[in-house]
Amino acid sequence: MNLAYHMATGGGGDDRPRLPGSLHLNRRLGQWLRFHAEGRVTIRPGKVELGQGILTALAQIAAEELDVALARVAVAPAATPDSPNEAVTSGSLSVQECGMALRHACAAARAIHLSVAAQRTGVPIEAIRVEDGAFLGPRGEAVGSYWAQADEALLDCEAPPDARPKPAAARRVAGTSAPRLDLPDKVFGAARFVHDLRLPGMLHARVVRPPSRGARLLAVGEGALPGDARLVRDGSFLAVLAAEEHVAEAAAARLAARATWEERDTLPEEAALADWLRTAPAEEGVVAERGEAPPALAHRVRAAFLRPYLAHASLAPSCAVARWEGEALEVWTHSQGIYNLRTDLSKTLRLPPERITVRHREGAGCYGHNGADDVALDAALAARAAPGRPVRLLWSRADELAWAPLSPATLVEVEAGLDAAGSLASWRMEIAGNGHSSRPGRAQEPTLLAASHLAEPFAVPPAINPPLAAGGGAQRNAVPLYRVPHLRIGLRRITEMPLRTSALRGLGALVNVWAIESVMDGLAALAGADPLEFRLRHLDDPRAAEVLRRACAMAGWAGRARAEGTGMGLGLARYKGSGAWCAVVAEIAAEAAVRATRLWIAADVGEAINPDGVANQIEGGAIHATSIALKEAVRFDRRRVTTESWESYPILRFSEVPAVEVHLVPRPEEPPLGAGEAALGPTIAAIAAAIHDALGVRPRALPFTPEAIAAA
Amino acid sequence: MVAFTLNGRAAAVELPEAVPLLAALRGPLGLSGPRYGCGAERCGACMVLVENRPAYACTLPLGAAAGKAVRTVEGLGGPEAPHPLQTAFLAEQAGQCGYCLSGILVSAAALLEANPAPDEAAVRAALEPHLCRCGSHNRILRAVLRAAAAMREGRGGAP
Repeated sequence: MNLAYHMATGGGGDDRPRLPGSLHLNRRLGQWLRFHAEGRVTIRPGKVELGQGILTALAQIAAEELDVALARVAVAPAATPDSPNEAVTSGSLSVQECGMALRHACAAARAIHLSVAAQRTGVPIEAIRVEDGAFLGPRGEAVGSYWAQADEALLDCEAPPDARPKPAAARRVAGTSAPRLDLPDKVFGAARFVHDLRLPGMLHARVVRPPSRGARLLAVGEGALPGDARLVRDGSFLAVLAAEEHVAEAAAARLAARATWEERDTLPEEAALADWLRTAPAEEGVVAERGEAPPALAHRVRAAFLRPYLAHASLAPSCAVARWEGEALEVWTHSQGIYNLRTDLSKTLRLPPERITVRHREGAGCYGHNGADDVALDAALAARAAPGRPVRLLWSRADELAWAPLSPATLVEVEAGLDAAGSLASWRMEIAGNGHSSRPGRAQEPTLLAASHLAEPFAVPPAINPPLAAGGGAQRNAVPLYRVPHLRIGLRRITEMPLRTSALRGLGALVNVWAIESVMDGLAALAGADPLEFRLRHLDDPRAAEVLRRACAMAGWAGRARAEGTGMGLGLARYKGSGAWCAVVAEIAAEAAVRATRLWIAADVGEAINPDGVANQIEGGAIHATSIALKEAVRFDRRRVTTESWESYPILRFSEVPAVEVHLVPRPEEPPLGAGEAALGPTIAAIAAAIHDALGVRPRALPFTPEAIAAA
Repeated sequence: MVAFTLNGRAAAVELPEAVPLLAALRGPLGLSGPRYGCGAERCGACMVLVENRPAYACTLPLGAAAGKAVRTVEGLGGPEAPHPLQTAFLAEQAGQCGYCLSGILVSAAALLEANPAPDEAAVRAALEPHLCRCGSHNRILRAVLRAAAAMREGRGGAP
């Protein structure tokens, strides 16, 4: 969903020597780091901070390879056109794509600087060591430093392919739990978010959103607006501008009451969602197929799994600031992909990309493709009415929950069976739903929300599923990691898109891992086997087996006692089939509703650059998944999404959060893998299994509310 | 003109009394700690202390703060003299995106002023009005309990 996406869709195929991660496509060293005479180094990653702590991990990697104190490393916010183009910060790939690029680039920069010092002083390069950026000869004499050589254009060159990063055993900074660089600002309330940006002469804007999907603005009644507020209209895009934020807010409310819209039914019947998923026009495909269907099966499980649309439900409504100067546009955004956003802004505004500067500023956690990109276009459209003035546009809570891209409702139907020996013999699975990506910058048409509301509107391209080599979308984690001779996974990507869908943390893994693990439990029961033992019997992957054993040991799985109204279940997956391994054991209490009480998690992310940061991401993902499992569903009628407040779209609160224990399998010698999404699928699966353990029913629809469990 | 005490200093704002306090704090008063999340008292991102009690700045009319003492996360402490809660949140690395933290910190401060020795259930109850979407809850609970212990022992650099 990122560089991996680019590579899997034909980019990056060239004859140049292969460089690690994003360095392959952004080869100039000076684009990645710069030394300053006053004793600092700035790194310039193309990946961005989303609350996941990536900037800290990247700074650690740089400090390690350069041998400078972490405090000397500054991280420049990503901006076009100078930052490396690393496409999108997504897919739990930032350490692999950006971290490994920086590791190589810093190792190369160190070697170049040392060779210059060696030439200059005659001290052999292998006799020079680096101590916090100072170059010392064999007797401890100073022979140079990054800072003394900072002004020289030493890094104005392509990264050499033969740079040699440190071996794992020599690392002292990467692999330690360095405190987050961004957290002090956040506990002191400093102005760190794009929401906090205050530029001279800045105006405030609000959008008056259509009342429903497909609504068309017919007229705006005459009448005064409060204060200095003024209206901006382009087709069905309606916004207000004012010097003070509260005036813009009041003006938007007044204008909403005065707008006349033509509305129509565009959404499927929510109560018949599974039917719509089965029958809506779709592109049919095969994700994986191997082996022959066995002539006979001793045991069989058939089951369907339904998940609703989900919202990202970021804590902050999306926000952007935009400013036009003549025919040039500058945008401050919490987008996950500044270049991709620039591409779609360029298409929508019919402005050459070189005239657009996109600067990243942090937002609240987004958990995937939320309203960040859409609000940037909204701000640009509003700001066009006030040339030279920066315009800050903030979405409403209702916009964030109901109008940001949603994670698609999906139906997964499985039929799997055992042979007479109790071994998995056949696995057939059909996945149906909209695609999982409407990311900007990839389709012919822009995917930004307001692009379809303009007087000259753009069609809304239906969401795609990235290829499996890039992690897939609906088909993410559709292939079980268990040994099975006959397998067929089919995929129906629905080609009409009544609700705009895009990537949410975990993508298809949320439902696929749950479906696979639930069926595995059902088969284990038919085989008379314990779920742990049954899985281990079908695992060829030792790292998967290890996290599974470890999580079960932490939870006391083998000796678990059965208490009335409680249950324990497990879930396992290797994220995307190529990422981190994660096993979760969940304990639940079945009260008026199901409550998750404890989670035991074992994860293997390869090399952990910052183990505490990894643990934080794994735990955060598991709590997010607990919320999805027990509470979350986007609701809608035939015209509008009706879950537009925290009351109608509740998420997990403090009183409902389970105790969580995380163990990381130490693997400093192995390549690093992402941590942000690995726990979600296994957590949902483990909670579903624990519900079965407690109540004897396997839930077949998310979220696992009393009604859903009763219907199972 | 509405006048009140903000983080121990006199403050005055030329805004209509019906405007939410949050608009005054983030607008003319130039603070960034109190944050807009929902505008409906459902997420706690905007929480401030009015006369030492948590209040939703997103809905509280500015006029209701007239003559009162308002405290925000900025008033708890800063990098030079952090509140024990801020120290504890950093020690526990209690946060991810951090958007919820300003509100959670002031609610926790009010809790510890009223109850210096809360158990975990009391901390959970005090933070129930607050949403954290990143899943940092358990770290946040540990940090509040850690700060409480530090304050009882007279450690942690009170403001």
